[in-house]
Amino acid sequence: MRTLELEIPDWPGHVAGQHVDVRLTAEDGYRAERAYSLASAPGEPAVITVERLENGEVSPYLTQNVRPGDAFEIRGPIGGYFVWRPDDGGPLFLAAGGSRIAPMRAILRHRRNSMSEVKARLLYSSRTLEDVIYREELEGEEVFHTLTRAQPPGWTGYSRRVDVDLLREVAWPPEHGPLAFVCGPTSFVESVAAGLVEIGYPPGRIKTERFGATGGR
Amino acid sequence: MEALDGNAIGGTLYDVFGREMTMAQAECGGCGARGPVAECEVYLGGPGVVVRCRVCHSIVIVLVQVREMMCIDCGGLSDLELPTWR
Amino acid sequence: MKKETDTSFVSRGFRGRRRDAAGDPARVPPGQSVTRDFPVLSAGPTPHTPLDRWTFSIEIGGTLRTWTWEEFRALPSEPVTADIHCVTRWSKLGTAWEGVSVDTLLAEVDHDASYVLAFCDGGYTTNLPLEDVTGGKAWVVYTFEGEPLDPEHGGPARLLVPHLYFWKSAKWVRGLRLLDEDEPGFWETYGYHMYGDPWREQRYSGD
Repeated sequence: MRTLELEIPDWPGHVAGQHVDVRLTAEDGYRAERAYSLASAPGEPAVITVERLENGEVSPYLTQNVRPGDAFEIRGPIGGYFVWRPDDGGPLFLAAGGSRIAPMRAILRHRRNSMSEVKARLLYSSRTLEDVIYREELEGEEVFHTLTRAQPPGWTGYSRRVDVDLLREVAWPPEHGPLAFVCGPTSFVESVAAGLVEIGYPPGRIKTERFGATGGR
Repeated sequence: MEALDGNAIGGTLYDVFGREMTMAQAECGGCGARGPVAECEVYLGGPGVVVRCRVCHSIVIVLVQVREMMCIDCGGLSDLELPTWR
Repeated sequence: MKKETDTSFVSRGFRGRRRDAAGDPARVPPGQSVTRDFPVLSAGPTPHTPLDRWTFSIEIGGTLRTWTWEEFRALPSEPVTADIHCVTRWSKLGTAWEGVSVDTLLAEVDHDASYVLAFCDGGYTTNLPLEDVTGGKAWVVYTFEGEPLDPEHGGPARLLVPHLYFWKSAKWVRGLRLLDEDEPGFWETYGYHMYGDPWREQRYSGD
């Protein structure tokens, strides 16, 4: 996992939840493009977090080869659906799977920076504790962790894949009129969104963002 | 492969339409279901991008890059409403 | 929105997941690079037709000949080892399949068609000249590397036409429609080449 701070000329700033498309071009013209959510809040420098994937094409380059001063092409900021502004209200229920914590971090930081009174809860699903990123920073928030593959000794958090019962325990009750954001691998998003509907969230109050099965490429 | 959603092609759609499109309301020509483009199923199919209705899976949009030109076929949509004034 | 419009922008040291593209030029067509993976690319959800409902048909107007899965598996089959080339620029060398030669299937029907349109579960189609699916150049395969073909890669059966770009090797194939004239299939309708010879880099219409 690597965090990259991008210096982008004429950067217009971004809204929490937006992403950028990164394009890499090889000497022979071969190109690869991937989307990365901005992990920083509006007003902060643009930051993306990249998880290195085994069979990845772009992530090994971004996590291992890129050095400060290197340049690549960016398109963005992109997105008007999976975004949150303080005026959108809440309370917020954020659910992130795997390495897709970035847009949630952006939203949470923006909430704090703008002194919003909107309450927020984060459900963060990871395979192991080592996979959890921004862990210390998130300790200042109301976070529920679930570790699905292995848990450290003495672990008091959840230790299973998110299911309806888990959601009933951690999500804001629907009577509070919450706004939910769910981001992660497609299967995670489908199961969490369906679970939230089952506990009574109106589908129109659930925003979803699906990335590939391995959480990106 | 698992389908992504319209968020994944937000940048491409911006380039094609010249504006943010994930919030546009798409109406499926197959079953009439309406929803934001962000919630449509997206298959990054190799030769091109295929966007399908989440409800009935029929094709609503196809995007193909032919050399330097991006071609978009929205024939599978019966309506595409772009949010403007707020 | 674009931050860079300079088309000569190169990312220092980026190569993608490809091995040295300086592989054997006799085996790697221009513009291609060899990969060890087997990328899964699809235009739609993976179909799951139960084998007891699966059929393969040859049609011309109506149906000329149909095989059930059992009948199909009883046909003479052969192993095929081939290099495959995807239009998205990856090539995979020495892939191992097993299946029925299209010659075997067409031998059972009487026709004078010049073209075929392969049709598939999920609605995908692709067109080919008859002479490119006969003479030992094409198969309907159901085994990959010794195992039943995975649904993600086109199982239970897909078309295999290795001498053309891999979009012509239609996944989830259910039959061939015989035609007098060439008719564009799914990607061909959107601007991909009607023929698709990787050795002449026929990726798009007009190439």
